[in-house]
Amino acid sequence: MPLIKPSPNNNTIYDVLIIGGGVVGCAIARELSKYRLTIALLEKEIELAFGVSKSNSGIIHPGTQNKFGSLKGKLCVKGNKLIRKIAKELGIDFKEVGELIVAFNDEDIEHLKDIQKEAKRFGIAKMKIVDRAWLSKNEPNLSPDIVAALYVPSAGIISPYRMTYDLAENAAKNGVEIFTDNKVLKINVLKNAQVPFEISTTQSIYRSRFVINAAGLFADEISKLVGVDDFTITPRKGQEFLLDKKRENLTNHLIFPLPSKESKGVLVIKTSDGNPMVGPTAQSVNDKEDRATDEEGLNTVLSFVKRMVPSINGHDIIAYFAGLRPVAGDDFIIRHEPKVPGFINVAGIQSPGLTAAPAIALMVVDILKNNGCRLQKKKIFNKFREKTVHLFKADRKKMKRLIKEDERYGDIVCRCEMVSRKEIEDAIDRGARTLDGIKFRTRAQAGRCHGGFCTTRILKILSEKMKVPVTALTKRGRGSIVVMGERKV
Amino acid sequence: MIKRDLIVVGGGPAGMAAALSAHEHGVKDILLLERDQFLGGILNQCIHPGFGLTYFKEILTGPEYADRFIKKITAVKDIEVSLKTFVTQLTGKKVLTSLSPGRMDEIKAKAIIMATGCRERTREMAHIAGTRPAGIFSAGLAQKLINIEGLLPGKEVVIVGSGDIGLIMARRMALEGAHVKAVIEIQKVSKGLVRNVVQCLNDFDIPLYLSHKIIKIHGKDRVEKVDVARVDENFCEIAGSQFEIACDTVLISAGLIPENELIEMAGVVMDKKTNTPVSDKVNQTSIDGLFVCGNAYQIYDLADSVTKDSILAGKMAAEYIRGKL
Repeated sequence: MPLIKPSPNNNTIYDVLIIGGGVVGCAIARELSKYRLTIALLEKEIELAFGVSKSNSGIIHPGTQNKFGSLKGKLCVKGNKLIRKIAKELGIDFKEVGELIVAFNDEDIEHLKDIQKEAKRFGIAKMKIVDRAWLSKNEPNLSPDIVAALYVPSAGIISPYRMTYDLAENAAKNGVEIFTDNKVLKINVLKNAQVPFEISTTQSIYRSRFVINAAGLFADEISKLVGVDDFTITPRKGQEFLLDKKRENLTNHLIFPLPSKESKGVLVIKTSDGNPMVGPTAQSVNDKEDRATDEEGLNTVLSFVKRMVPSINGHDIIAYFAGLRPVAGDDFIIRHEPKVPGFINVAGIQSPGLTAAPAIALMVVDILKNNGCRLQKKKIFNKFREKTVHLFKADRKKMKRLIKEDERYGDIVCRCEMVSRKEIEDAIDRGARTLDGIKFRTRAQAGRCHGGFCTTRILKILSEKMKVPVTALTKRGRGSIVVMGERKV
Repeated sequence: MIKRDLIVVGGGPAGMAAALSAHEHGVKDILLLERDQFLGGILNQCIHPGFGLTYFKEILTGPEYADRFIKKITAVKDIEVSLKTFVTQLTGKKVLTSLSPGRMDEIKAKAIIMATGCRERTREMAHIAGTRPAGIFSAGLAQKLINIEGLLPGKEVVIVGSGDIGLIMARRMALEGAHVKAVIEIQKVSKGLVRNVVQCLNDFDIPLYLSHKIIKIHGKDRVEKVDVARVDENFCEIAGSQFEIACDTVLISAGLIPENELIEMAGVVMDKKTNTPVSDKVNQTSIDGLFVCGNAYQIYDLADSVTKDSILAGKMAAEYIRGKL
């Protein structure tokens, strides 16, 4: 079944329409697909996870750094638990690597104790303050200046895009209709009507009983379309720098500094694919599409992380990018809007949004229930999804078996990250339409040569499978065409 | 496990010369592994002339130069060529794992010559700030798109780096009707051959900006423009010297890095700065019987020099197998 459908020209009336195909929208879609509802999900970009989710660090936070009583804290702790089950059901790699919040002096240690005390109120288990001897043994590359750390074992890592794609794929399998390249332009609210919402997009018009606004950076603009304008989303930029896979064992845990008021600080991150990552910065910006990196960001990040792990070297950086956190005040905004019955805002979902996503989805189900949406569980819900194969994660025996089963696994397209033709074709079958879509799903083009060697082959495979000329292919949709024509003869 | 006398990894100019030389020096069992579906490596996309001047005393194009070796290799029965074969692992005991469509093999060799070539430094490694739109290519990728795939990467082009690859691509893009607006070089002089500066830039009226660098790339979907500035002795931007160039394409030609991840995996002592093996003698590594030649050993300006170096590596491997090294 194709993940993404062409826009309908039918008269389907949806029970619930979700705006936004990031991790939050997709988690909601999958949760709601357990019920007997007709559901649509709209995404403005050509593929899912191309907004806020694509730049997420992939950390499943334990919930240690949120205020007690905040929605963020509550949903983060709950999400951390829920994600384990979801990862199993959907075949997503989740690794509980644990985190260390590090202290450089006695004053810092006092601060760690405060964090630990606060975190205990949330019910976060098995934390302990570890000493220098423990650190020397378990985290040898850590700076000798670090005297102690708060060890929180329940922190983990996951691929943020695969989580989004896999949630969406499972939602689609259970009947959710996903439409990409559908930017919402206008929402008509018909007072006291059975079906109050008429949503016009760049492609079509959709009608729905309920609307869930999970539009990330643009949630304020979507909300304004129905007349709720009491919040604004301010993008806060985070620049991240990815290191070569050769440095996979740089650290064994996620390494955090003591948090500041603004953010959790600049971290040394382990990622689900092995490449360590350092960052992010935290800068408020005005432009919701300003994803530029700068020299200053790089220098800031390097100086912060070298203090914690001195052996980090600028030469090991193979990629960098910037993401934007959708900030709407201190906490998440998740609520039904009584002024517009049937309209639910899920806005300001910045960190720890990825962790919280499954818990947010449950909260949205409750909100729907309390506001007149009839929820009846389906008799059959297909909760499982066949795990995606990644050759670079397979051991020798499995690799041999895979290649025997399908010879395309032995045909390597991306040499730096070892991605086979079969994986590229699978990615396209699962909804990839662009070079970035292939990259996020498979890691092809994301390694040290940055697509220098494999881009032409990927373009050809995309062109063959999608039956479009290479000149029509894009990096990430819209005007991002890869080549500008054919050569003169 | 398959056992062979000599395995050569890489079927470009280095690997072909090394395999032929080893054979001439008496090795009778040679396996040549090549990732691509053809022999020749990067020479296949270098359709400009300038190859063979020192080795053949003739002016050849890249494919012509490669073809001379391909013909020889095909004629030698003792050299088995395995195309579409990708080496995933190499151990210190000279056992390598290779994948090809439908196959995975483990092969142990008496000697191994790594002729794995090099990759291009990326925009990321050159630390060029800005956005990440479509339209940013390494020069080699752009060359492959044009010369092999028949596609035009862009129309309004700025090139970073005036090494030979950057210069040759400036001319290539111009010949295809693109408007090459600038070649930006951070150094005071071009690193390329003088003949290339004349033939590739001057003859096409392409401006070369020496002591300049790109400060930022702009563009949301496709490249829209770049900010360029003059730099001082320390390559830092000189205040007030900044200007814009509107373009839809940026080609990066910022140097080459030897591809030596496999020997690093095998435990060879490496020079981290150059990504090459530390050794007392040309082509040798810290592991006995494991040789490196061509651009993987060091970056050469000319394919002819790669050939010369690789002939030596072939001879050394042959001597090693005979127990004479």
